[in-house]
Amino acid sequence: MTNQYEVVIGLEVHVELKTQTKLFCGCANAFGQDPNSQTCPVCLGLPGVLPVLNGEAVALAARAALALHCTVNSYSKFDRKQYFYPDLPKAYQISQYDQPLAENGHVTIQPSDGKRDIGIERIHMEEDAGKLNHLGQRLEDAEGSLVDLNRAGVPLIEIVSRPEMHSPEEARQYLVELRTILSYLDISDLRMEEGSMRCDANISLRPLDYTGSLADLPRVEIKNVNSFRNVQRSIEFEISRQRQLLQTGQRIVKETRGFDDASGSTYSQRSKEEANDYRYFPEPDLPPLVLSETWLQNQREALPQLPDELRQHLAQRGVAERDVEVLVQDLNLYHYWSQVVELVPDVRLVTNWLLSDYSRLMNAKGLNFATPQVSADGLASLLTLITSGTLSGKMAKEVLEAMFETGETAEAVVKRLGLSQITDRNAIKEIVSAVVAANPAVVQDFLSGKEKALTFLVGQVMKQTKGQAKPDLVNALLREVLAAYA
Amino acid sequence: MNLTEKEVRHVARLARLAISSTELSEATQALGRVLDYIDLLNELNTDAVPPTTHVEAIETVWRQDRVVPSLSPEAATANGPQVSSQMFVVPKILDRGEE
Amino acid sequence: MGMIDWDAVQTAEHVQRGEVSAVECIEEALLRIESTNPTVNAFLHVDGEGALAKARFMDHNLTREAKANLPLAGVAVAIKDNMVTTDMPTTAGSKILEGFRSPYNATVVELLERAGAIVVGKTNMDEFAMGSSTEHSAYGVTRNPWDPNRVPGGSSGGSAAAVAARMVPLALGSDTGGSIRLPASYCGVFGIKPTYGRVSRYGLIAYASSLDQIGPLARSVRDLARTLHLIGRHDEKDATSLDVDTIPESPIPTALQSLRIGLPEEYFGEGIDIRVRTLIEKTLDQLRESGADLVPISLPHTRYAIATYYLIAPAEASSNLSRYDGVRYGLRVAGDDLIHMYQKTRQEGFGSEVKRRILLGTHALSAGYYDAYYLKAQKVRTLIRQDFDNAFAQVDLIVTPTVADLPFKLGERDLDPLQMYLTDIFTVTTNLAGIPGLSQPVGLVDGLPVGLQWMGPPLSEDRVLSAASALEAILPPPEWPLSGGIQE
Ligand SMILES: [Zn+2]
Repeated sequence: MTNQYEVVIGLEVHVELKTQTKLFCGCANAFGQDPNSQTCPVCLGLPGVLPVLNGEAVALAARAALALHCTVNSYSKFDRKQYFYPDLPKAYQISQYDQPLAENGHVTIQPSDGKRDIGIERIHMEEDAGKLNHLGQRLEDAEGSLVDLNRAGVPLIEIVSRPEMHSPEEARQYLVELRTILSYLDISDLRMEEGSMRCDANISLRPLDYTGSLADLPRVEIKNVNSFRNVQRSIEFEISRQRQLLQTGQRIVKETRGFDDASGSTYSQRSKEEANDYRYFPEPDLPPLVLSETWLQNQREALPQLPDELRQHLAQRGVAERDVEVLVQDLNLYHYWSQVVELVPDVRLVTNWLLSDYSRLMNAKGLNFATPQVSADGLASLLTLITSGTLSGKMAKEVLEAMFETGETAEAVVKRLGLSQITDRNAIKEIVSAVVAANPAVVQDFLSGKEKALTFLVGQVMKQTKGQAKPDLVNALLREVLAAYA
Repeated sequence: MNLTEKEVRHVARLARLAISSTELSEATQALGRVLDYIDLLNELNTDAVPPTTHVEAIETVWRQDRVVPSLSPEAATANGPQVSSQMFVVPKILDRGEE
Repeated sequence: MGMIDWDAVQTAEHVQRGEVSAVECIEEALLRIESTNPTVNAFLHVDGEGALAKARFMDHNLTREAKANLPLAGVAVAIKDNMVTTDMPTTAGSKILEGFRSPYNATVVELLERAGAIVVGKTNMDEFAMGSSTEHSAYGVTRNPWDPNRVPGGSSGGSAAAVAARMVPLALGSDTGGSIRLPASYCGVFGIKPTYGRVSRYGLIAYASSLDQIGPLARSVRDLARTLHLIGRHDEKDATSLDVDTIPESPIPTALQSLRIGLPEEYFGEGIDIRVRTLIEKTLDQLRESGADLVPISLPHTRYAIATYYLIAPAEASSNLSRYDGVRYGLRVAGDDLIHMYQKTRQEGFGSEVKRRILLGTHALSAGYYDAYYLKAQKVRTLIRQDFDNAFAQVDLIVTPTVADLPFKLGERDLDPLQMYLTDIFTVTTNLAGIPGLSQPVGLVDGLPVGLQWMGPPLSEDRVLSAASALEAILPPPEWPLSGGIQE
């Protein structure tokens, strides 16, 4: 038996779909409402009710599948997954078992050793459960719980990866890229803190000399971790816990574990090794789902530009690789960027300004590009003042800060502060001549070969013009005037 | 196919039924007889037969994504055996695994 | 002929013409219930006040023209207690739903009320429709109006008994393996189980979702037709509801000469009570004499139907009944923690037959058994459907006895569930195949009714009703138990 192990990670991601109504009834799919105010006989699981599928949920799920390079099955069906829990009104969840909506997709990640596709085994649709509010600090010592069924029946997709990630960092990258792709589709709020995106991680350690099936390795599932950061932390903890067990000759128990944020550790939730017996069987209340090629084509056409396409597009426009990723990760920023680039064709200038000074000011104010402080037009006119030579970079920064503070246009700030670069050759030449005349000793130094003397003279000219003279022009004119002395 | 009391007890747990020991032995016997009878089906070779999950030839029934008014929280919880703050109250949840 | 003898169509016509008021119709029903129900126990709940208020509203506020547009104007109807109603409690015959009040009406209830029918009460049934005798109700047995020592059949025994005892002209039942036709036969009334998907199941408390259908019980074929015409509509709240044309309001007259009727050998073999067989064969002779072409056919997989049914139905039931967990409605028995509460509630709330089927169904779906039981049953279900497909390629309709025997005595089949299950042997096949089946009274033997069953291809209810109507016309009018058969 070896002491060398390969880490094997698979992720199951649940995503709530942003439909108007729930998956099987007409209740509003809305977060944060009064308890049990978004419920009806169907989602309360009252006697006699029947589910009717929300067609829009299928459309959104299919778009997610297509964007993740999955094959959408023309025939899929719904099944009942049965277990008792107070947040599950019917004591079964309508889900898809052996014939899911979509299969065989991938997400591309970029670990240090190059790009790699992480396989997606399947995507299926299911209904969400309600929420329990425990009376007490923790579930363990709660005297009871309160059941709110507003969330019961909200449409979910479950995206199941293949166990093809080998480090916490790869798992993080997979999640980031997955969320980026889904965010482009605008099918979900994707808020982990609100539960509209949830992640379970399966972790096992494979001895390098192990040749059996991965499915036979003892696997630990960490349930419901509430942020990407914590997914990474919980996996890190779990790897070292399992490694320690193995190295001390102990057995790893197949189980479900939770993650404790404060201690950064995982803890056992379900102690028995016995798997749940969910008694899946085909849902008799719902006819099978048969999707036509025309319908699928419509969904394909409804897809927006996806991150990879955008990466290519930005690279072609000459955006640096590092900047591309920043733009790709923030679609609002990208949309803002495209508006500015429309008006100021200097891609490099626009990108630099947006990603450095503008972003710094936005961050300082805690804003994001969904609600930009200065409009794209406003930034474009500022940048135009730079390209036309009216403002120096340094002046432009000052103007931008003022625009942020007061909401004025770039032109208004320039006018108010009397900024604007002096580009009038004759006006500067007059000042240059005066400075040369007033500093004969320095001129002498320069003429005798001391290049540094020129810097002093430039400084004097800038001082007299209050910094508004264009520095390279001052330089050129000084040399021109001094040449006459030589 | 022989059914044991152990199997029936397992099934009762899955179904959340606290059956008594008398009921357990009665049920084991009665279900055993029914399952013996059901063995009849094994006379048939069904390897090539597709299962019937729906007798009707209908597929893909879906509705518009249009909101229909919900019940009021009062109406939603009106039948609740124990209700507090418009929510159903349940006793404490102990994880007892498969018990 | 007094009001008590009127069928639903006659009643409605009188109300439409203003010859009797809706209040009179309801009062007649309530009086009859008052005198007869204490012995029969057909009703679990009667809402006399509510029904009279609706009748009064109809009498006072509707013009004759408005009433003429109500095909069931003033007709008192009884609803099996597994269809939810906002005006009355709904228990499905179970203690676990004691006190439950639905915030919505079943689609069928809405459709009947829209047609002018007035619901007077909810009828007794085997708990969650699991049974063939209406002995397995948490609220006492229903007795057969022909002989109070005998069962009315089940599970819609309350509805059948209420119609037979002439408490109401019309009732709704549900049929999962024979639960309309069996009690119709035992009580001597007409009952039809429509094609699966014909009638919306929205608001029907599910027993076995892929088999359940709602249908009417009545004292004439035309009442069945009119009621099915009204309730057999597509419903967006039921994804399995078929979007097809509704059947005609009245049976279309059909000459029996034009019909080719199959007699499946498997339904006329051993095990049929000789008295039942004799009367059915006499009826078949009458059909023959009227020119119908009766041909022997075979439905070879019939012998597997009960085994198939008793896997599929309990499996689906075990799932459908999981929602009764003491959290949101119905009975809750306190427990130390959640699981104890679940277990005690369900243990005390369900009767023994229901628990037996939950255990059987849970077992059939549990890990390691699914393929051998549930999947196997679904495959045999396909073979049973194919039997009918093949048969209906040769014949227009099929005729069989509805049930092999006469109503049995209360308690007689208590000890052996399997014996009870076999009662459904002639009726379960239509549920498994999803096709319509109608039971028609064809006479009495030893003072007890015998029913004949018609079966037709999917969506052939119009043909089934026409044939039944033609047979009804050549038979002497059905008899009704005197005063509910009960010593008065
Ligand atoms: Zn709802």
